[in-house]
Amino acid sequence: MLSPELGHYALALACVLAFAQAVVPLIGASTRDIRLLTLAPALALGQLLALLVSFLCLINAAVTDDFSVQNIVANSAVSKPLLYKITGVWGNHEGSVLLWILILGICGAAVAAFGRNLPGILRARVIAVLGIIAAGFELFCLTTSNPFARVWPAPMDGQGMNPLLQDPGLAFHPPILYTGYVGFAVPFAFAIAALIEGRVDAAWGRWVRPWAVAAWCFLTCGIALGSWWSYYVLGWGGYWFWDPVENASLIPWLTGTALIHSATVVEKRESLKIWTVLLAIATFSFSLSGTFLVRSGILNSVHAFANDPARGIFILALLALVIGGSLALFACRAPALTSGGFFAPVSREGALVLNNIFLCSICAVVVTGTMYPPFMSLLFDRTISVGKPFFDATTIPLALPLFMFMGIGPMLPWKRAQLWPVIQRLWITLILTGLAFAISLWGVAGVFPALSCGAAVWVILTSITDVTERIRLFRMPLSGSLQRARGLPRSVFGTALAHAGVGISVLGLAVMSQAQHKITEITPGTTQHLAGYDWTLEKVEQAPGPNYTAMTATVKVSRNGHLVAMMHPSRRSFNAQHQTTTEVSIHTNLLADLYCVLGDQHGTDANPTYVLRLHYNPLAPWMWLGALIMAVGGILSLSDRRIRVGAPRRAQSAARTVTSP
Amino acid sequence: MTRKTRRLWLVIICVACFGTAAALMLRAFSSDIVFFVTPSQLTQNAQPADRTVKLGGMVVANSVKREKHGDTPVSSFEVTDGQSAVTVNYEGVLPDLFREGQSVVAIGSMKNGIFIASEVLAKHDETYMPKEVAEALKKSGKWDPRFGPPPDAASWNSMTVKDAKKSLLPPPAPAAQ
Repeated sequence: MLSPELGHYALALACVLAFAQAVVPLIGASTRDIRLLTLAPALALGQLLALLVSFLCLINAAVTDDFSVQNIVANSAVSKPLLYKITGVWGNHEGSVLLWILILGICGAAVAAFGRNLPGILRARVIAVLGIIAAGFELFCLTTSNPFARVWPAPMDGQGMNPLLQDPGLAFHPPILYTGYVGFAVPFAFAIAALIEGRVDAAWGRWVRPWAVAAWCFLTCGIALGSWWSYYVLGWGGYWFWDPVENASLIPWLTGTALIHSATVVEKRESLKIWTVLLAIATFSFSLSGTFLVRSGILNSVHAFANDPARGIFILALLALVIGGSLALFACRAPALTSGGFFAPVSREGALVLNNIFLCSICAVVVTGTMYPPFMSLLFDRTISVGKPFFDATTIPLALPLFMFMGIGPMLPWKRAQLWPVIQRLWITLILTGLAFAISLWGVAGVFPALSCGAAVWVILTSITDVTERIRLFRMPLSGSLQRARGLPRSVFGTALAHAGVGISVLGLAVMSQAQHKITEITPGTTQHLAGYDWTLEKVEQAPGPNYTAMTATVKVSRNGHLVAMMHPSRRSFNAQHQTTTEVSIHTNLLADLYCVLGDQHGTDANPTYVLRLHYNPLAPWMWLGALIMAVGGILSLSDRRIRVGAPRRAQSAARTVTSP
Repeated sequence: MTRKTRRLWLVIICVACFGTAAALMLRAFSSDIVFFVTPSQLTQNAQPADRTVKLGGMVVANSVKREKHGDTPVSSFEVTDGQSAVTVNYEGVLPDLFREGQSVVAIGSMKNGIFIASEVLAKHDETYMPKEVAEALKKSGKWDPRFGPPPDAASWNSMTVKDAKKSLLPPPAPAAQ
């Protein structure tokens, strides 16, 4: 029933529907034809349905081991566990393009389904812009990377998947990350629709922000999940390598963060409109180029481009069309957008502008660092690499002032503010931060880690103070404080939580720079000392697994004679791919990770020695915990009643806009 | 404060911030960038001792030696680009994909004629060659990708350019494992 042919057909159908979705609502919007306008949501839902069928067909082919499909042959095998047969569908180029399009389809359908309160013309235009993007990438998928291509004669078994990728963390990392990337298509579509209409107002800001916040939450989780995966799978004890692929996700995150902040200014004060529109365009452009240029390896090596010119040229043309077209539209229409909302430099708006400037400078640094090596090799034929030292030296000095202003910003009133009253409210926080900084100067090696620790504590404490000041905790009876807390909008808690999450992540990163490690080659029964722990290699055993053989060590970790953990790092040899993977053993108490990696076996068979790598990673879990808290903060502000309750009132005015000539 | 002074402030802050970013980048570009070198470049031009570089090439067959200094394992192996070979010392666990006769990238610096690596990367599967290594091979004239797969790494040090072209006409047999 769900044959690859049906999937192929459904994909082509989705492409046709997307073209209709791109054209019909735009005509309807310009001729004010309500029949064409009301077609837009239906087309978006139809396209999603077709894409779902197509995606299910591909999953079905993977699950039923249909080795007549090229994509399944190249990436699957009979012996692969069921979970990885399903998740392996998006582990390769063709499947991931299909997943990308499917998520775009979901975004379009979500605008169609949840955007009932939008003015009809705006909604139609937003859906049309999403349709244009979808049509382009569906055409790309159909013509150059068809996941349903058949192979003849069909082999008996597939080539299998890289064992490194057979991991639950990586299985769910792409969908979450892609949802983040693609989610920024909605603010982009809103920006384009506003440019076509020539009007940006507070209501526009209020509609855009939830979409941007939702996409940002997914992107935050996706980045954190990817970093966590590299930490526990790659076995290097590292969590971020400043690799082009990683930077490709960080760049839209930085501009996206700037976007959700500047959209607040549009919503509250009708200021920074042109800038917000530009940020929306930039964020999606970075997401697009990130997913397609960097991930496909075109940017990294000219060879990948030369190997498959059709694919490369198509994607470059598509990117040029989307990015260039939107920037050209911006250049023509942006001057027509009126600026409004006067504000003093010292005010909430002023702080948000500072936030944007710093985030964009950091983004500029990361973009330059990422693009410099490929350009150097293209233009001057010099191979260089830009890594951690470069990014540390450039991003940390820019991030520190950002953290400083981040603490004060939420406490400043809109329009015009005075610094002195805010500082008065923050004096306890200031003293505590000073104390924390003094402690970290004593306990943490290096100036920047110590400064980062201080900044992180400052951010966490100020976000707590912001809430306690608003509910007047300890200044009035507790019941009164609770009453006030209930009356506060949830977005206040969301902001505080997200900011505290940033602080927790930064604290984790800063303290993690103090990680200790030791590489040893020892015989079973020997004890090593690291970071106050005694690590004893008890024994090493060989054991067969489903499609590999494993060598598993038992390491007893104790402290002052008390048992802390029994750790079982192992090495797996996969026969099918002639590949070995290391299975790291991590023991965490949420304050520090004990991290143990088993290396090669040396020495004679009678008296073998084993290489062990031991790491002590203080506050490592906080890096990802902080990201999770940031995302929860974003979700909390999404549930704000101002977003939910304000809706029906606008729905009526929206209906009027459509019917009025 | 008038609109004009406000705009002036904004411009000043923007210029200051982006200026700082640019200054930081320029400083980092002059000190923190890691250049890729081949073994022959490393032996011909003496590098400053503290300068970190990326050394790329093929691991010479039968050159890997493992020793123990106390409890710390030290591996040493030779990396070649077909013209000259450099001895690399590395304290730690060699990556899973490290093989003799296959490509490798080592990050570190020269000390007394030996390359002390702080990191050894062999990221890719056995059929893949890092771009930098492939470029270096092509530059030294030992391999032209138009004529087939790269020659057996074991033969590179002794092979002349003429030999390389000759041996490439019939595709060479894969290296015996």
